[in-house]
Amino acid sequence: MNFIRLLAITLVFAGIVPARAAELPGHSVYRLPIALSDQDNRAFQLADRAGKPQLVSMFYTSCQFMCPLIIEELKRTQNAISDGGHTKLPVLMVSFDAAHDTPAKLKETFGKRKIDATTWTFAHADAASVRQLAAALDIQYRALPDGDFNHTSVLILLDGQGRIIARSEKMDGVDADFVAAAKKLAAAP
Amino acid sequence: MAFLRTTFACAAMLAAGTMPAAEYAALPGGRFASVLPADAKGADTIIAPFALRREPVTNAQFLAFVKTHPQWQRGNVAPIFAESRYLASWQSATTLGAEAQPDQPVTQVSWFAAQAFCASENARLPSWNEWEFAAAADATHADARSDPAWRERILNWYSRPSNAAVARVGGEANFYGVRDLHGLVWEWTDDFNALLVASDSRDQNDPDRLKFCGAGALNLRDRDNYAVLMRVAMLSALKAADTTVNLGFRCARATASGATP
Repeated sequence: MNFIRLLAITLVFAGIVPARAAELPGHSVYRLPIALSDQDNRAFQLADRAGKPQLVSMFYTSCQFMCPLIIEELKRTQNAISDGGHTKLPVLMVSFDAAHDTPAKLKETFGKRKIDATTWTFAHADAASVRQLAAALDIQYRALPDGDFNHTSVLILLDGQGRIIARSEKMDGVDADFVAAAKKLAAAP
Repeated sequence: MAFLRTTFACAAMLAAGTMPAAEYAALPGGRFASVLPADAKGADTIIAPFALRREPVTNAQFLAFVKTHPQWQRGNVAPIFAESRYLASWQSATTLGAEAQPDQPVTQVSWFAAQAFCASENARLPSWNEWEFAAAADATHADARSDPAWRERILNWYSRPSNAAVARVGGEANFYGVRDLHGLVWEWTDDFNALLVASDSRDQNDPDRLKFCGAGALNLRDRDNYAVLMRVAMLSALKAADTTVNLGFRCARATASGATP
């Protein structure tokens, strides 16, 4: 039993058997074999997020302008969705800045922005994985020589199986259509 | 993990048997004036030395790859990684057929599939700047971009109808010994989704700036270089699972400076 389990884990890590991929829909972003670390340096696979609908976005912590707005927009949106008795949807924010946004750096911003640790995750992945995830989410980004990134600012709603259900680039107030789509998902059994 | 991947890649190469290892040319990199400046002030880009596949990946080479990597065969690939037109011109998942000659560049491949192929030969997709650097050369100059004849020749290719059959690989070698960068197919780059970022991260309140203030968009340098700018526009319009009949790829590798790849 233990041996078989070890073998299974080895094969997953070798990229031969994508974790649970066969059970996921063809359009699921959880099919990407991406390894992440959260703000407490806990390792997880992107596919581990499967199960509950999620709010997902990408950012970087040294961003002075747009990323705080994304975080505030995600907070507003998360609250608007839970308004009326729904539980708060989990939020996953993955950093563009693989070189600098270590778990410790993520943790620092987590505290500074007063992030709810029970539902939010900030995550680091290596540069190649970031590029793949951004590609799958249709998020464009470009590193600038001064350490900043130009990037698409977008909130993405994933269903429990990792399919993109809605996206919003509205950053100055809650996007009603997006919230309605999320409420519908959150209410589904 | 990296060790395991390498081992499997080697095993795959052995299994492919008759396929000779792809040839890579060493390129020096250096300071380069990209059509997409590194920042809004028009800075040059610094490119590290790298190795680039001398020719685009052919149908025969991609066929050998899908035979040893069945998860990349048409019909086995999840739509998040490749849309329905993936390898559609092949006769079957593992047969080229009359519409896809072995020595034509493979087309109708998604970015994810191109990445997986390159990983199988211990390589990666080139960055846009690496591709542009290699493609700036003509047969005798490292940077022929200011030569009107060079520009005209390339533009002539772009004006050809896209329903004409794709030629075979093996065009004239450029200054670095790399072939078919122009005149054959469009090519994926690793950072295809990084070239023109539509919304700038700084000016949320001004709708015009929001859309057009990306580091690239307003600062395209060398606007007369239409041929290269068209590539930028085309790549920027793609999603990672997309495929087109004129879009192929080649792979690149980092080289330790001075080392032979």
